[in-house]
Amino acid sequence: MADTEGLGFDTLSLHAGQQPDGDHGARAVPIYQTTSYVFPDVDYAAGLFNLERQGHIYSRISNPTVAVFEERMAALEGGVAAVAAASGQAALFLAVATLLDSGHHIVSSSSVYGGTHNLFTHTLPRVAGITTTFVDPRDRDAFRAALRPETRLVFGETLGNPGLEIMDVPAIAHVAHEAGVPLMIDNTFATPYLFRPLDHGADIVHHSATKFLGGHGVAIGGCVVDGGTFDWDASGRFPTLTEPYASYHGLRFTEEFGTQAFAMRARVEGLRDFGAAMAPQTAFYLLQGIESLPVRMQRHVANTRAVVEFLDQAAEVAWVSYPELESHPDHDRAAVLLPHGSGAIFSFGIRGGRVAGKAFIERLSVFSHLANVGDAKSLVIHPGSTTHATLSDEELAVAGISDDLVRLSIGLEDPDDLIADLAQALRASQR
Amino acid sequence: MIEVGDSPVGVSTGGRPLATDQPLLVFVHGAGLDRTIWQLQTRYFAAHGFSVFAVDLPGHGRTPGPAPASIAAGAAWLVEVVAAAGFDTAHVVGHSMGGLMALELAATHPTRVASLTLLGVAERMRVHPDLLAAAETDDHLAVELVSSWSLGRPAHRGGHPTPGLWMMGSAVRLLERAAPGTLHAGLAACDAYQGAADAAAAVQCATLLLLGELDLMTKPRAAEPLAATLADATVVVVPGAGHLLMVENPDVVIDTLAQFLVPVA
Repeated sequence: MADTEGLGFDTLSLHAGQQPDGDHGARAVPIYQTTSYVFPDVDYAAGLFNLERQGHIYSRISNPTVAVFEERMAALEGGVAAVAAASGQAALFLAVATLLDSGHHIVSSSSVYGGTHNLFTHTLPRVAGITTTFVDPRDRDAFRAALRPETRLVFGETLGNPGLEIMDVPAIAHVAHEAGVPLMIDNTFATPYLFRPLDHGADIVHHSATKFLGGHGVAIGGCVVDGGTFDWDASGRFPTLTEPYASYHGLRFTEEFGTQAFAMRARVEGLRDFGAAMAPQTAFYLLQGIESLPVRMQRHVANTRAVVEFLDQAAEVAWVSYPELESHPDHDRAAVLLPHGSGAIFSFGIRGGRVAGKAFIERLSVFSHLANVGDAKSLVIHPGSTTHATLSDEELAVAGISDDLVRLSIGLEDPDDLIADLAQALRASQR
Repeated sequence: MIEVGDSPVGVSTGGRPLATDQPLLVFVHGAGLDRTIWQLQTRYFAAHGFSVFAVDLPGHGRTPGPAPASIAAGAAWLVEVVAAAGFDTAHVVGHSMGGLMALELAATHPTRVASLTLLGVAERMRVHPDLLAAAETDDHLAVELVSSWSLGRPAHRGGHPTPGLWMMGSAVRLLERAAPGTLHAGLAACDAYQGAADAAAAVQCATLLLLGELDLMTKPRAAEPLAATLADATVVVVPGAGHLLMVENPDVVIDTLAQFLVPVA
């Protein structure tokens, strides 16, 4: 029998979304550094604006290089379409603004990126009248209890930040769907190589492509992937997708575009009106990273396992939180949902608290002290005083961020060099 | 909203209301799919002088009820839909199973069909036994096989003109939305239908055959007997396209169909 699912993941990482350049035969994805596109004739131009022809009009809404990145992400996540944005945060706002109106409500995991926490807690209520209830990512009943009639989105991260709580995506998806709302998962930490949320019941996937997808730390970008799984008509709670849209002569997105309704509205309204578009040069950089995503993630995970094993035995370390350790509360779930590894970001507690942590970080030489994760180079940070510094003590406690917590993002260096660097810095931290 | 009896019929009208002073163009999808497979064609022709609807066959999309048990049953239902919409005649465009229904419709109701366009059809549309068996038990394998075989090899890599659209994922998801048993009913109807040659001989209107060069489900040469039998047939093979040619190469399908329809409409 012929192949059943098309091309494999590694092949799609290299090829999805691109046909070889028909004009010049370029093998790499060309960078279409242009704002706009010449229309072949007036009727075709009108057709593009009326969504009866598809192509590019203006690079705020779409661009050929960015489109390859988008299609590749949709392919790797197993979705129907993707929309890129200038950053992960821009993509998150794009998704929320496409689905929710003023007065609507989000139920979110409490263990999320600090920027997401800020957006949900402070900015969305102020600019959009959208509120959020945060709940323990491990407590399915808490998600259900937090649902309200005006809830329109359930949100969480595959691997919580920084506690690596593994979202029980199938169970939380069931809770969301019972309430007639979609589940959106930030899959930045896992990447589709380690976990594909759509395969487990999620409806929309969000990425900061700045991290492992790019891998090189040279480009900021994000995207949302439309799974095409959620039945907006049956839910009846999403008029932006099911009711006539005056800006497109009464277009009903679900009637015309079916499974692609969310992605289509996010692009033709969200990118058009908010304007947080990805630059073609950025898409090119990110595509260079994605080409090697499978082999990089294998090495990220292998190095992480070696470093975790070392730290778990180190006398200067009070605790290590990584789902593959039996001591981690989500150890069993990791084996089921993340059999190829629980990512390359984890945290540990250093004996001596904040003072020891400061000495440790400043003594490291191979690890870089900075506010990012998912780089090919290994990184370190103290979240309590940096990425999550705007959280109150209570919010820090809810997010599981203690004073002694150090977060590592393990890169692709020789594992022996990483362990040696950590060992000498740990010794120095205790003096 | 169109209703047949008391039952609603799911349609997309390309963003414009139907007007009985315009010629009617009706799009009919294939097994397990729905109206949205024609999303660009409906919007184009609705903006170019036609009243248009892409219909959800019973059991598909927004139209309730069991899927048509046979090609003839589907054709008979389409006659009722056109009448319920307030039109006497229609230009009918059908894909795959929908193409066979359109062919049967044109043969049995020649005064109702102004022109006929068939995409991805063959004189005999036998279905692989493994696929039929998988569809009968609603095994997801059936969805994977139909998606993989329906898209030509280039489409497996993507590069669609709609920015960000992944054709393989879209095909899988659309088929997954079909109610249990729907895909099997369609495939079984295709497999059982043996009336294409007789129907082609009875068709009186101009007919356009649009075929995908790389179609594995209905190879272009399998449509040759139909083309030879039809009284007034035009055959166009779309280079690089598979069975889902209206998705894989929407512009060529629009332009070819427009060229065909202008003289006959």
